[in-house]
Parts: sequence; structure tokens; C-alpha cells
Amino acid sequence: MEKLMMKGSEAIAEAAVRAGCRLFFGYPITPQNEIPEYMSRRLFEVGGQFVQAESEVAASNMIYGAAAVGARVMTSSSSPGISLKQEGLSYCAGSELPVVVVNIMRGGPGLGGIQPSQSDYWQSTKPGHGDWHPLVLAPSTIQEAADLVMDAFDLADEYRNPVMILGYGLIGQMMEPVAFREYQPREFDKSWTTCGCKGRPPNIVNSLYLDPNILEEHNHAIFQKYERMKREEVRFETFRMDDARFCLAAYGTVARICKTAIAQLRDEGIKVGLIRPITLFPFPEAVFREARVRWILDIEMSMGQMIEDVRLAVRGRTPVHFYGRVGGVVPTPDEIVRKVREMYKEGVK
Amino acid sequence: MQYEVVFAGFGGQGVMLIGQLLANAAMMQGKEACWMPSYGPEMRGGTANCTVVVSDEPIGSPVVPAPGAAVVMNRPSMDKFEPMLKPGGLLVVNSSLIDRKASRTDIDVIYVDANHLAEHTIKSPRSANMVALGAYIGRTNAATPEIVKEAMAKKMTNKARFLPANKAALDLGISVSREQE
Repeated sequence: MEKLMMKGSEAIAEAAVRAGCRLFFGYPITPQNEIPEYMSRRLFEVGGQFVQAESEVAASNMIYGAAAVGARVMTSSSSPGISLKQEGLSYCAGSELPVVVVNIMRGGPGLGGIQPSQSDYWQSTKPGHGDWHPLVLAPSTIQEAADLVMDAFDLADEYRNPVMILGYGLIGQMMEPVAFREYQPREFDKSWTTCGCKGRPPNIVNSLYLDPNILEEHNHAIFQKYERMKREEVRFETFRMDDARFCLAAYGTVARICKTAIAQLRDEGIKVGLIRPITLFPFPEAVFREARVRWILDIEMSMGQMIEDVRLAVRGRTPVHFYGRVGGVVPTPDEIVRKVREMYKEGVK
Repeated sequence: MQYEVVFAGFGGQGVMLIGQLLANAAMMQGKEACWMPSYGPEMRGGTANCTVVVSDEPIGSPVVPAPGAAVVMNRPSMDKFEPMLKPGGLLVVNSSLIDRKASRTDIDVIYVDANHLAEHTIKSPRSANMVALGAYIGRTNAATPEIVKEAMAKKMTNKARFLPANKAALDLGISVSREQE
């Protein structure tokens, strides 16, 4: 496979096109503008359509419409823009529509900044209004971002549910070698779509259920899909966990920074490993619960969001500590080394 | 072996491009490579930089607080990155635009009159970035000159007429750095 040196945003966009995405609706926001920019050019070449919507809210309703007629569709934004898209995404979840959303996070709250941050773990895994979750995938390299985007379209169709790719400037702006795998199209049932009802009763795509009993049933049906995701779709990576006495928990590029720190700590004789969730929802609970370690140090570019899921996973059996940088500050391997060394020397339990 | 290098200058000097050329060349040589730009609101003539990591192994942290090398094309970049270099690191200084010497004594320094050489020897004033890249390549083994030239040809397909001048600028930079060894 030929390797190309590509920016993360462009690799994400190209992977989407190769997975059959022909429609993109979005609204510009740094640091992900290269995604709509690439799509505006590339979709034209493959006979697709690109619309720069009048707002994020409009874009999230345009993807609703496209998915309702059975098209592969994507939108992308960054933290405050994702807040605006939450309404439309909840409608997509309620109407069981397969859509792919890319969130290249930035620091918050409010308008915040544009440098790398993981401040949207909560609004990604536990999103806007209504009982629902997107399936959330968090790549740590540009190669993995491209691979996960291709998977995202299949997962969206498989579960008829929004799938989110969660990155930040380190994924969106960085360049690394990428080899696109040959995408193998799969058949999905599209008999529910609203694409002309000649000779059959009309289909209705809707999230409005005024009868509480029917809406309750609908909620249960949606959560049955999430139970299946928890059984079949959990993904994670472990690194040097075989003989680890201490465990770092980190997702995305932060996990790579941890790996560099772990190499140094291992040289000092501190047996530390790493668990990197790749699916943030469904969360890889079992691997954390089964890790026989003295403590877990959760490291995030946030004030501590994923740590709640790590704590729920270990059910109080393993102490979970926290180290975070925020506002767009990226932790260095050295400061992670210092933190772990300090905890090791102080005999933290 | 891992190489980390920051390319820094003001907007328009082509520091992002030479970083991408090195990353591409490293990839073409079968190595792992990663290019990370500074991004954000900048004004024309403002500062720009990118970090390139080249390694035989999968790259851990793409963030490098103490890089092994820096190629600085203007004075603000030198002031910013000289103190950050790791001890024993390499500093390539564009002496055409930087009027001071390095203040650290625990690093290797190459002074290259990049703008002057590009303008008067190569007759291509905008190739100063290639002279500086050559000076870096000439001292390290991050990528071979031949592969960097291949990467140049691939990357600059729509600017093919500038290719001979850029290749000559790279060679000139390499010879300058070897003279100072």
C-alpha cells in the first residue's frame, strides 16, 4: 500500500470519501477547517455534494435529511460548534439515523481557545438532550484516524446511530504517513429509508412519540442497541500491562505521550503500563476492572472527565488518581514521568 | 534513533515547507515521521514553526519540549528556540537575518548566510529555506540528500521550474555545514 504524508483532517476526509461518503454539510471552525476545505474539492470530483451550511444547527439537520434517504453523510466541527449540533444529533439518534460526526476539540468553556484539548469527553459520550449515546472513536495516530473513519460509516449503518470521531489539533493539524486500506463495502438494510414509496406503504423517519408508553418502548429499543455495542464493539489498546504494578489511563495522542514516559519510567525500574480506550462509548470497562495494579493514574487534557468512567469501571477496587493539563496545554512526557516518579516514591496508594 | 527538529521563521520564509519535505523524505526512506505545525491566528510576517520527528520506531510523543535540533530563520525564532534545545543539540542559524551569535556553549551551531547565498549564488532569493534545510541535512542523518530531492520533486509538481534552483540551494547548504564541521 502506498503511504502518503497527510494532515489528519485531510486523511479523515479522504477516508470518508473512500468509505462511500458523498455528502458533507458543515460550517467552518478552527482547528478542523481542512476537513470541509478538502471535502469541497474532493466531493466535486466524485460526483458528491458539499454544502457550507448557514449554521451548525442547519448542518446537523441537513445530515438528518441525507441519512433519512439512505445516503452516507458526514459533518465536522469543533467543541462550541458541536454544542450547536447536539440538537440535530439527538434527533438523528431518536430517529435512528446513521450519521458520522467529526469533533476536533478545542479548549473551553465558552469560545475557549483553539489549541489541543480533551474538554469534550462529556459532551461526546454523554451528549445533549434525551437518553442516547453516539458510538465514540478516539484515534491516536493519523493512520488510526483514517482506519476508524472507514469503520465509523459501517458502525453507523450497523446500529443506525450517530458515530463520532473524537480528535483535537494534534490529530487534525498533524501530518503522518497514511496508507488507506481497500474499503470493502458491506450491504445494510435500507428498507426503512424515505426514498420513494411507489408500490409500498410510506416510511416515516421521525423522533416524535407523544404516547409515553410507545416512547418508553422506543427508548428501550435504542438502549438494546447500546447493550449490543457494549458486547461487540469495545476497543482498547494495552501497552506493557503484562507485569505492570501501576497503570496509566489515557486516550488519543495523550496515550502516545504516556508511552514515551513509560519507556523512561521502565528504565528507572518503575513497572508502569497503559490502557488506552479506543471506543470511549462503549467504554472498555472490563480491562480496567481486571487490571491487577496498585493504582491507576488517569491523564487527560481536561479537568478530569474520562476519570468518571474509569472509576465506575473499577467499582472502587483500585484507587484512581488524576493528572491533567487544560486550556490547550499539551502535557510533556517529562511531566508525566515526574508525576509517576513522585507517586512511586511517596508510596501513594 | 530518533531525530527531532524545529523549523522556525516568519510567515513566508517556507519553514512549514522544509519541515514537510524532511517528513516526506523520512517516510520515503521507510522511517516513521510526524510533522506538527504551530497553528492559530497569525499576522503576515508573524512567526511560524513546525516540529518534525523522524524515528526508526513508532513515534510516541509528537510534542517535543526539548528538541535535538532547531533551524531558525529569524531572530525571534532564535530567541525562542535556542534555550529549549537539548544539551548537545544542533542549532542552524540563518546569519543573513540574525545578528547575534548563539549564547549557549553546550550545543553545536552552524551559521549559514541563507538569504545571501540564495540571492547571489543560486540567483533564487526564495530558496533560502532550502539552503537552511541543506545545512541541517548535511550535519545529521535524518534523511539523505537524494531522498530530500525526490521529496522536493514530488511535493513541488506545479513548481517544477524552480526545482533545479532548489536542489542547488540544498546542495549549497550541505556544503556550508560540512565546511563548518
